[in-house]
Amino acid sequence: MADQAVVMAPRARGRDWRAPLARRAEGIVIPIGASAVGLAFFGLILLAMGKSPVEFYQLVFKAGFGTAFSWQNTLSRATPLLFAGLCVALPARLGLVVIGGEGAICLGGTAAAALGVALGHAPSVIGLPLMAAAGALAGAVWIGAVGALRHWRGVNETISSLLMAYIGIALMNQLVEGPLRDPASLNKPSTAPLPPALRVGDIPGMDVHWGLIVALVACVLCWVLMERTTIGFAARIAGDNVRAAQVQGLPVGRLILGFTALGGAFAGIAGFFEVTAVQGAANASLAAGYGYTGILIAFLARQNPLAVIPVALLLAGFEASSGLVQRHMDLPDATILVLKAVVFVVILVSDTLYGRFRIFTPSRWSQP
Amino acid sequence: MSRSPISRRSFLTASAGLAGATALSSLPLAARAAGKLTVGFIYVGARDDYGYNQSHAEGAAAVKKIPGVKVVEQEKVPETVAVTKTMESMINFDGATLLFPTSFGYFDPFILQLAPKYKDVRFEHCGGLWTPKDPRNVGSYFGYIDMAVYLNGICAGHATKTKKIGFVAAKPIPQVLENINCFLLGARAVDPSITCQVIFTGDWSMPVKEAEATNSLCDAGCDVITAHVDGPKVVMQTAAGRGAFICGYHANQSALAPDKYLTGAEWNWGKVYTDFVETTLKGGTIDNFVRGGLKEGFVKMSPLGPANSDAARKQFEAVKVEIMKGDYVVFKGPMKDNKGKEIIPAGKAYPETDVALESMNYLVEGVIGSTS
Amino acid sequence: MNTSDIGLWGVPLAILGGAVRVSTPFLYVSLGEVLTERSGRINLGLEGTLVFGAMAAYAVAFHSGSAWAGVAAAALCGAGFGLLHGLICSLPRVNDIAIGIALMLLGTGLAFFYGTPYVQPVAPHLPAIPFGNWSNVPQVQAALRVNVLFIAGIALALLMAWALRATRIGLMLRVVGDSTDAARAMGLRPNRIRALATAAGGAFAGVGGAYLSLFYPGSWSEGISSGQGLMAVALVIFARWSPINCFWAALLFGGAGALGPALQSVGITQGYYLFYAAPYVLTLGVLIATSSPTQATAGAPGELSITK
Repeated sequence: MADQAVVMAPRARGRDWRAPLARRAEGIVIPIGASAVGLAFFGLILLAMGKSPVEFYQLVFKAGFGTAFSWQNTLSRATPLLFAGLCVALPARLGLVVIGGEGAICLGGTAAAALGVALGHAPSVIGLPLMAAAGALAGAVWIGAVGALRHWRGVNETISSLLMAYIGIALMNQLVEGPLRDPASLNKPSTAPLPPALRVGDIPGMDVHWGLIVALVACVLCWVLMERTTIGFAARIAGDNVRAAQVQGLPVGRLILGFTALGGAFAGIAGFFEVTAVQGAANASLAAGYGYTGILIAFLARQNPLAVIPVALLLAGFEASSGLVQRHMDLPDATILVLKAVVFVVILVSDTLYGRFRIFTPSRWSQP
Repeated sequence: MSRSPISRRSFLTASAGLAGATALSSLPLAARAAGKLTVGFIYVGARDDYGYNQSHAEGAAAVKKIPGVKVVEQEKVPETVAVTKTMESMINFDGATLLFPTSFGYFDPFILQLAPKYKDVRFEHCGGLWTPKDPRNVGSYFGYIDMAVYLNGICAGHATKTKKIGFVAAKPIPQVLENINCFLLGARAVDPSITCQVIFTGDWSMPVKEAEATNSLCDAGCDVITAHVDGPKVVMQTAAGRGAFICGYHANQSALAPDKYLTGAEWNWGKVYTDFVETTLKGGTIDNFVRGGLKEGFVKMSPLGPANSDAARKQFEAVKVEIMKGDYVVFKGPMKDNKGKEIIPAGKAYPETDVALESMNYLVEGVIGSTS
Repeated sequence: MNTSDIGLWGVPLAILGGAVRVSTPFLYVSLGEVLTERSGRINLGLEGTLVFGAMAAYAVAFHSGSAWAGVAAAALCGAGFGLLHGLICSLPRVNDIAIGIALMLLGTGLAFFYGTPYVQPVAPHLPAIPFGNWSNVPQVQAALRVNVLFIAGIALALLMAWALRATRIGLMLRVVGDSTDAARAMGLRPNRIRALATAAGGAFAGVGGAYLSLFYPGSWSEGISSGQGLMAVALVIFARWSPINCFWAALLFGGAGALGPALQSVGITQGYYLFYAAPYVLTLGVLIATSSPTQATAGAPGELSITK
């Protein structure tokens, strides 16, 4: 996280008006350049296999971003990824590596669905906020517990969050196939279907549900929280050095609890939208791997909530393109997995370039 | 490179600014005008899983041989918004007008929601229960594979010495419960004292748990084992390694242990899909609700393995002849579940074609296991 | 098949058998990760290495007819992935956790890409030693069919514990792991040592994968691992970076995993999802009981980002 400090450094040194611009540009130009290198590198692999990289990238672009349908495809896949990315990114700013968002998504979805069934014929304006709150609460409790265990018992959050994820998924399965199962959900055990009033619809004119807007707003708000508030500032200090933060009298315990719970709440809301906008009930499809993808997103975004947005979109676009690549080039689904891996490794390697280019480093402009 | 005609849905209107990207797909449509039919297959797992998904992919391979038909396939599509978008992508980019989304969880809500939007496209779903209130351009088909499993049970009943047979199952859903019950009832047609132990692994593809479950069954004394998971290879290998006999499922697994393999219940989707596609090519309509069994060629039996006794072969063939006549009855009263509750009263019978069987929620007397 | 009804005795026997059968991949991956983390880096990507190792082992064993050639191939591929991680993380400012996650994607992606032709064929299995032949109970015989790799794993754990404590290489690794500056002052080259430690760790994880595909469950498929590599990495923290503890953790995890099927087989059939969660609940319980806020990072290498 030290490099973050370089990008976001106080403006003291930059008397030149171009200085802050240059520092910001570094964080944009380097990842974009790295993506290009990664794509080119994967193109070489394709060439070696006797496949046309030009055709491949045309298909990826067309299916991920090339048409209005492709954009809607990408955007609807991006929604849970945005929330899952936040679930990892927020605690990560405190130096906590939480990898168990999957469990919070499952339990958030289950809680929302269970409440929705209990509410029955409640009107949307009352029912949906309550269900969202239930989902957020379930997620917040699940990941917040990880933070609490870390602070008060010294339990490592990485392992406990992973264990809690497996336990959460088991709990969801047991509930969905046991006490909460709708007997009419024959070969796909699910909770009872939600009444239409308790379903979240699409954004007018699009095939994408409202969860996308909520997720985008959440990313922006989290960025404001991290970069523009005292709490965010305190969290970053604690993330860099816990002891320094304690010496300064910062409430480290409350920060840890708050940020893990907030991250968990977002994962829970991802579950809420999966249930209310996509599935119409809670079932095993909630464990679709979004939580694990969120780890990758958060780290690629260097824990910056705003950067989560482009990363999640890129990832969703790649996933959306898998089908066309399979169908038109006779390549297996795993091709896109390898593409993602190659591009991401190169982007992560490019972290080493920060501060190496004079053009982005105002402090070196005056040097010979 | 295959050019993909765009469907009539004018989803391009909003993408004028992206014309460069869409040049690739800007060939005029007329896919159907040329008499060419594009058929899309969607699988929930890898298409080479040596089990459920492979059985469908083999069906798709049979369709590919029909002249004038183009097949597009996509594997590992989860039961989320991804399947909606995959179906739309096949319709929009490939001009597919006949779709086979083959996993149960694709049906409700995904197919049912998408079908009204694409009225010219036919959605044929495997395993679902289409009812007249559902869209007309949706159909559901399935096979009475439980009858084939019943025949598995007959071979198992003859082969078992411990009078205990075992079943490794994924989830307690009607299709699985039906198979477990039929496996035991087939064995009980040989010897009513036989019991069947079932272990649920909780998911469709969990090789380590499936192996552990198989070992537990062998430890509990089961000496004939079958499975209902997506890829039964691990169960078959582990069971044969422990010296148990095995009955295959989804596909012919005899190559894994020829001397232990009694027989197996196999899908025969090649025939089903070829029929459906040929009906469509001739301009006909596929029925909205299609079912078939051994008689209709939807399912088939693996050739009997060398371990079967003569008595087993005789009874197997005799019962198979009866099943081939159609409307064979396995579930008839009086019948109790394994909690002692009467589930079918005396005098009541459910032939294989009875839709009521497709919502089965019990394990019959003699099955050791629980439905939740 | 000679069978006898052993009733409820089946449960402890299954736990024993399960511990021996299921623990080996956990043991190898966690030993590999101990090596890496003791040098001050974390490689979260061993899940991908495990899966690729399983595929490579199966493919090579199938083509060559020798299971051991498969194990060697898996170790080699694993070392390759480890070295890649080690070299990339030698660059300044590159985040080892993130690289690990990306390499996890790469390993599984490549394994799936090249693995499709090997799902159906049958490859030769690794041999097992029948330690249970003294008994005439087939269940005991089955539980005590112990694979050679399991025994080699125990030996490896003991060897590593000794080497870390008493050899020059072990000392070098510990110094590098605890303080980069101290290591430099001693004239060591931290990046090189870390890259080598990560490569060795990757090789171990590859062997763990070979066990999965060549012995138990003994088949290659895309679902072969179901997250065991990731869990094993987490178990290292649980084992407090001690190779011997890794062995116990792996046994505990394997044994608890056998509880679900074993209980169903003796007729305890309700709530099996919760029984299947037993290994996770148990591990979490032990973790909470043995942790304390004052010594949260006892045993942790000083340079490790994850426990900073």
